[in-house]
Amino acid sequence: MKGTAVTWATAILDWFLGLQIYLPIAEVALNVFLLLGLGAGVGVLSGLFGVGGGFLLTPLLIFVGVPPAVAVATQSNQVVASSVSGVLAHWARGNVDVKMGGVMLAGGMLGSSVGVLLFTLLKTLGQIDLVIAIAYVITLSGIGIMMAVESIRALRRVRKSMAPKKLHQHNWAQGLPFKMRFRKSRLYISALLPAGIGFIVGIMSALMGVGGAFLLVPAMIYLLGMATGAVIGTSLFQIIFVQAWVTFWQANTNQTVDILLALILTIGGVVGAQVGGRLGAKLPGEQLRFLMAIVILTTAGGLLYQLVAHPADLYTIVIAGGGH
Amino acid sequence: MAQAPLIADLDDHLIAITTGFAGADVLLFGTTDGPGDVIVVVKGPTADVEVLRKERVGGIWINRKGLGYQNVPAVYMLAASKPLEELLPEDQRAYYQMGIENIRMVPVDPRDSDSKAFGTALIHAKQKFGLFSDVPARILFIGDRLFRVNLRVPSTVPTGTYLAEVYLVRDQKVVGAQTTPLVISKIGFGADIYDFAHRHSAAYGVIAILVALFAGWMAHLAFRRR
Repeated sequence: MKGTAVTWATAILDWFLGLQIYLPIAEVALNVFLLLGLGAGVGVLSGLFGVGGGFLLTPLLIFVGVPPAVAVATQSNQVVASSVSGVLAHWARGNVDVKMGGVMLAGGMLGSSVGVLLFTLLKTLGQIDLVIAIAYVITLSGIGIMMAVESIRALRRVRKSMAPKKLHQHNWAQGLPFKMRFRKSRLYISALLPAGIGFIVGIMSALMGVGGAFLLVPAMIYLLGMATGAVIGTSLFQIIFVQAWVTFWQANTNQTVDILLALILTIGGVVGAQVGGRLGAKLPGEQLRFLMAIVILTTAGGLLYQLVAHPADLYTIVIAGGGH
Repeated sequence: MAQAPLIADLDDHLIAITTGFAGADVLLFGTTDGPGDVIVVVKGPTADVEVLRKERVGGIWINRKGLGYQNVPAVYMLAASKPLEELLPEDQRAYYQMGIENIRMVPVDPRDSDSKAFGTALIHAKQKFGLFSDVPARILFIGDRLFRVNLRVPSTVPTGTYLAEVYLVRDQKVVGAQTTPLVISKIGFGADIYDFAHRHSAAYGVIAILVALFAGWMAHLAFRRR
């Protein structure tokens, strides 16, 4: 009796394991459902919390056996697709500040080019994995703490039913040259600020294989003081172009973009995002944000632990010329 | 006409890595001119490899020292009709590179005191990915002349030309040998994508972007109504 149950279990397992798809650039065969599930799971999170989720998907892809360089580059390709579907909805509602996006984009192009060059250099030095891990630990803990503080504050605010205060901070940034008027964002600031933010996020996103919305959105709200309505649409708008640029350069210099993997993740991701969006409309937002902060901080903690703990294997093998 | 002491062949000299590739089995079979034992060594294409070792720097584990090795086979498989130690003395096994401890990997800097430790780590890593096999596959004899063995090719194998070396052993000596090639290559849609990505990288990048733009647009259309 117990024997047949085991036989059935292994037969079903075999069937699932048998549905492998060979990823031509990653050069590994992985289960289709596993990849679709990863895409969908991260899509649900992104629909719920309004962030891309790339910062969770990249480490997961590496964990299931996709080479880190391919995971990062392919993720950029997938972000193009998810950002397009996101921005079209915002565009229809007039929530995209093209001028602001364009200025950020100029910085973003430059930053991501520097990022791809850095990526190639670090890869040859054998330090890319370390830099990716450290970049994740720093940004994830920063974002996680910020989200946690913000959601606790907002939870208190809800009770007093007070509108979030918004004031234009007058600080050193006001003294910068090249002032521009951004009508939709209701700002009159130096173009150097959004361009600089675009530049820094561009470097990070090329190194980490993320769209960088989770960096851009808080920077646009807290550093630029943008009108919140246009923030998401504008960040998605510039992410499309920056990530298309990164995709091109990764494909051109490193040959690490896996179209097939990107497509599977996109299919899982868009379906997941719809589910997440619908769930998010029904669930209380601030509590969710707090939960998300905990998820992010846990991920950061896990990555930090891996950096600090004695590694199971001290040695890493690098095959010259990528094995070909 | 003098008869060869050993004749061996593979049931298939070409393994195609297609989109659904999850490893393959290759049948090696042959015949000997009389009683004896057979050892098979399969080696993949060789490459230069660098081994990096992590050290603790300021509380964080960082790749510090790197040592290069030349001539490292991508894959190493072994099959024998009896345990190797019973068939050949140690110096002969070393000469024919039988057993993973006998694979001749050339350290770029042989004087480095760590070259032994790094070499061992390299072998362990290859074993972990199933590319070096420590336990020989069992060669079966049918009667005392006909032999066969199933070689398992893992899904992670790199492409290239592999060589299967077949040795006939009698009285602690190799008395006959034959090599037969095995080509592992990518075929079909996946191979075309890989080739295109490497030959026309810029065009591939543009196509990747266009596919993503289109996929995003389709997703928008699919979910727009409600």
